[in-house]
Amino acid sequence: MYTTEFDKSAKPLAAVPNESPELLNAFEARVAADEFIEPKDWMPEAYRKTLVRQISQHAHSEIVGMLPEGNWLTRAPSLRRKAVALAKVQDEAGHGLYLYCAAETLGTSREEMTEALLAGKAKYSTIFNYPTLTWADMGAIGWLVDGAAIMNQVPLQRTSYGPYARAMVRVCKEESFHQRQGFEIMMALANGTPEQKAMAQDALDRWWWPSLMMFGPPDDNSPNTAQSMRWRIKRDTNDDLRQKFVDITVPQAKYLGLTVPDPDLRWNEERGAYDFGVVDWDEFYAVVRGEGPVAKERLKARRDAWSEGAWVREAASVYEAKHSQQQAA
Amino acid sequence: MTGETSGAGAPRINRDWPLWEVFIRSRGGLSHKHVGSVHASDGEMALRHARDTYTRRMEGVSLWIVKSADIVASDPEQAGELFEPAASKVYRHPTFYDIPDIVKHI
Repeated sequence: MYTTEFDKSAKPLAAVPNESPELLNAFEARVAADEFIEPKDWMPEAYRKTLVRQISQHAHSEIVGMLPEGNWLTRAPSLRRKAVALAKVQDEAGHGLYLYCAAETLGTSREEMTEALLAGKAKYSTIFNYPTLTWADMGAIGWLVDGAAIMNQVPLQRTSYGPYARAMVRVCKEESFHQRQGFEIMMALANGTPEQKAMAQDALDRWWWPSLMMFGPPDDNSPNTAQSMRWRIKRDTNDDLRQKFVDITVPQAKYLGLTVPDPDLRWNEERGAYDFGVVDWDEFYAVVRGEGPVAKERLKARRDAWSEGAWVREAASVYEAKHSQQQAA
Repeated sequence: MTGETSGAGAPRINRDWPLWEVFIRSRGGLSHKHVGSVHASDGEMALRHARDTYTRRMEGVSLWIVKSADIVASDPEQAGELFEPAASKVYRHPTFYDIPDIVKHI
């Protein structure tokens, strides 16, 4: 998901003409040998730019990703659920911060990234532009959305850029709780009253396809994959990860007694994997273009949070200036 | 850092707060280890942010905060020359010396 280029028109970045072939070859050899690249190491400009784009998109996804669940914090059905939801949303904020810091080591600033997000110029995962209509959506998000995120992020712990890989190690450690609490919500609903079970089924119906879209366009329509795989920025193709996700998630749905909303879904004995229907890529690209059901609300919420926090940031800066003056005196 | 709204568009963002590096002692007896960084207006706020960002799950018992700009780092391009003497002076390692097996406790 996060390794996906959301901008369909983006082309793989070409090598900068005046980069020394010796440096380039040495870099390619290091990456091919699974060495980690660190901030002060020489790297091709295209590698740097691809990483900045990918890591900042990943960070924005974590930050915007707080909103769909934030929507339910005050309405969680019990104190336990509320404490869990708060902890999860706080984790997402933390993940965003780890990732912004990783991107900053490549020479971009927090300011530039925040500005790009608030101006609507930056992309983030399409999944967060869908609304969270019922409490069951908290279950479906944890189970499916965080499940898909884990699928994507586990291989990124071995991504070639050191700060990104280390951020992913921290994120992955924390992500498993997110998925399990979501599945637990789904279990409670699936084993509850018929109305509760219907609510769980409805959430699965709405989140299943958007979750599959999180892995990005099919491989034959993913122009950056080859270069990113060679540079070990990305470790698996979109389609491979999507298949893996379907294969582990379908049995979980069966355990819940829920039906995956895909009439073409069936076990393929020969492949040892599930065959599944075609994702509606028109819908995916529409959401990427900013036409998601709640895209405008999401951006407005981020802008409002930024503006409403301005006085706090200002006060902190003034406080710091006053104290450093006093110390100097 | 102030974020005023410029008209109806996106809020304008000013200068970032300084960056601070975060080090955590995971438990008594171990050294502090670098875990990441935070932006903050001063050291005290950096400590609070570091606590919220990096120690939500009993990751440590102590935090160190250092202004990133104050760190002096070696240049990776000089790494060859800088660290070469270690490799060429094998006599610094105990295995360099041949001692008969019959001699014990050495």
